[in-house]
Amino acid sequence: MPKQEIAIYQLKNGLTVLIESMPYVQSVAFNFLVPGGSAYDSPKKFGTAALMTDLLTRGAGPYGNRELTTALDNLGVQGGESAGSQHISLGGAALGSKLFDALSIYKEILRAPHFDPEELPAAKAGSIQMLRSIEDEPRQKLMVELRKRCYSQPWSNPTDGQLGDIANIEIDDLKAQYQRCFQPARTILSVAGAVDPQALIKHVENLFGDWENSDFAEPDTKSIALFDQHITQDTTQTHIGMAYPAVSYDHDRYFDAWAAIGILSGGMSSRLFTRVREERGLCYTISASLHSLHREGRVVCYAGTMHERAQETLDVTMRELRGLMTDLSTEELVRCQARAKSSLIMQQESTTARASAMTRDWYYLSKIRTLDEIHEKVNAVTLDSVTDYCKSWPAHGLVLLTIGPTALDASSLN
Amino acid sequence: MQFHHTKLDNGLSIIAELNPSVHSVAIGFYVRTGSRDETAAVSGVSHFLEHMVFKGTERLSAWDVNRKFDDIGAKYNASTSEETTLFYGAVLPEYLPDIFSLLSDILFPSLRDDDFNMEKKVILEEIGMYDDMPSFKAYDLAMRHHFGEHPLSQSVLGSVESIQNLTAQQMREYHASRYHTGNITLVVTGNTTWDEVRKLAETYCSKWPSGMGLLDRHEAKPTGGKYFITQPDSLQQHMMFMTPAPPVSLTPLDFAAEILSVVVGDDSGSRLFWDLVDPGHAESADLGYHEYLDCGSYMLYFCSEPGQVGDNLKRIEEIFADVNSNGVTEEELTQARNKISSRVVMKSERPMGRLSSLGHSWLYRREYRTVDQDLQTIKQVSPDDIRTLLKQYPLGFTTLAGVGPLSELIVS
Repeated sequence: MPKQEIAIYQLKNGLTVLIESMPYVQSVAFNFLVPGGSAYDSPKKFGTAALMTDLLTRGAGPYGNRELTTALDNLGVQGGESAGSQHISLGGAALGSKLFDALSIYKEILRAPHFDPEELPAAKAGSIQMLRSIEDEPRQKLMVELRKRCYSQPWSNPTDGQLGDIANIEIDDLKAQYQRCFQPARTILSVAGAVDPQALIKHVENLFGDWENSDFAEPDTKSIALFDQHITQDTTQTHIGMAYPAVSYDHDRYFDAWAAIGILSGGMSSRLFTRVREERGLCYTISASLHSLHREGRVVCYAGTMHERAQETLDVTMRELRGLMTDLSTEELVRCQARAKSSLIMQQESTTARASAMTRDWYYLSKIRTLDEIHEKVNAVTLDSVTDYCKSWPAHGLVLLTIGPTALDASSLN
Repeated sequence: MQFHHTKLDNGLSIIAELNPSVHSVAIGFYVRTGSRDETAAVSGVSHFLEHMVFKGTERLSAWDVNRKFDDIGAKYNASTSEETTLFYGAVLPEYLPDIFSLLSDILFPSLRDDDFNMEKKVILEEIGMYDDMPSFKAYDLAMRHHFGEHPLSQSVLGSVESIQNLTAQQMREYHASRYHTGNITLVVTGNTTWDEVRKLAETYCSKWPSGMGLLDRHEAKPTGGKYFITQPDSLQQHMMFMTPAPPVSLTPLDFAAEILSVVVGDDSGSRLFWDLVDPGHAESADLGYHEYLDCGSYMLYFCSEPGQVGDNLKRIEEIFADVNSNGVTEEELTQARNKISSRVVMKSERPMGRLSSLGHSWLYRREYRTVDQDLQTIKQVSPDDIRTLLKQYPLGFTTLAGVGPLSELIVS
């Protein structure tokens, strides 16, 4: 694996700075991860995190709304901010020479947002437009609705909010969420690319060293409420979503899970692509991937297919999910490992990919895995260990959701 | 960074930009054929053929092809546009011979009847998938009517009917007429040597059939109009507008058009952003510059609640009128230059990103441009260049396409 230069630094107030210098690139990617995602939204006010995120860049410190965007554009910063389930993520990529100026602007966004009440109606109007657009795109809608049905609350809260709730949200709700969550001890800044670590640490100290913490509490996890399995809509294809429990990123069996799902859906020689698309022509899009949300993991599958073939698609996909327990082959595992090796090495060509990987590692593991460590773990997976994982975490407790004119027969799930 | 180019005896053009400091190497075969080269009887054949290329040759089955790409950990794919079909992949340098052998082999597929009939189902599913995406439908509708009689109007996917009627024999004939060295360019970027590239090309491509590039190029003369697909149950209205812009050959007007599209319609910080998106009048609004061999177009898309479409249209009219008469400000120009320069540099850091810029420039301009040359040209675009551009190619509403609840456009 390529040699890596990684530095980890913690400010006295707890803010963590993760740095990977990549001397052969001109760009730098940076990413702030702060709590405050949709899991922190109150009932009847889903959308608070999304609106808070929008308001963060509608004026902060000395900048008004327009001045702030213009200042970042002048630096050529390519990025943005988004509300996830757990976190708000802010940042982007720029030429290395612009990094310090960009971080100085982000200091204002993180520490001194205006939350100007006059900006709220525009943000709400934009949010409603976005939620209406999701209603018109069945595949997007399916994934939002599936997530509501397969994760524990409040982690399953919709990250973009809920159409009927937006009107209930006041500027004080945004301020309260901000005050509860935006704290240095829970903030991760990761930077990868053309950067001098020592100079960066000094700059970050100047910007964030005097930022103070206050009380913080994560929301309590509650079980999932039951929902229907089908949404009737006049669509061209039937959209099928399925999810079932898996280990999350911090689990010691994670790499076994990763290999299982790689065999199922990684690459065009994978089982789902071969048996659903290549051998039967049932779909254009068929996929399964491993997701972690908070400390819960899920395998999430999607297929889009014409109505008359939707039942067969569901049944064949289910058969493949079950087959993982019995007939994995060494060749499949070796292919998966080859794909991993090349992905890991190519990750070194992308500052954005490295910054995101470091952030994820720190959040879940409180350490950064080097490419060498990951490579070793991938190579340590054996046919026995991945088969054993598939038996311990089978496709049981599966949540099915379809969007289309008619519901499917779900008996193959049992 | 070293640039090389050569032609094999059979006429295959090869270009390469090599860089020993990156970790991977990317390879792409650009076939100059796409939906504009099709007759109505074979509409969608270029894209369908792109799928069939992965179905194998005399010595490889479809399964062998997929497995071999995954065995070497390749990041690979293919795409079809109105003018180009591209097959590409990136691998670690030690696997370059493998991907070279594989891609050059599958470019001449068997096109077996069984595979053809099976893949036809997948293509019909792909058409179905896009049919559930209103923004894509608006794009297709706008292209169809904007270009009218010009072949750029032809859909890349084809229609359900044209795909159902297409035969494997028609595809074989199309393949024979388009897949020869006069129509293919090999592009290599990243970590390898020129000797290696030449050796591999000689080994795997020197027996390819030669032929002359077929060029039927003429500038489109869009007549315009308003077209709607009415979907009463949709919540949002999707609007697409097209108007003529310079072809790629008119450098630096093409760079000026790129900059203009960022000033007027980038997804953040542009005029459309401030007047439509930031105030919440639209979910999204952007202006893109699309360049083709013999013409270009500005394509404006916005999505909003149906009741706000009329007001949004007035806002866009005001922006266009102002830009057409007064150009853009120095400040806007500087900002757009910085944004585009950042994007160019970041894209160039990965061999796969560089492959697409290099291939595009060679195919469309017949020239090699370094990253620094691109940055220099972007820096030099002046307010005068933008004015010259707008005089020849003003922003406008030649063709309008709408998908959503509205069946006509009523502006109060």
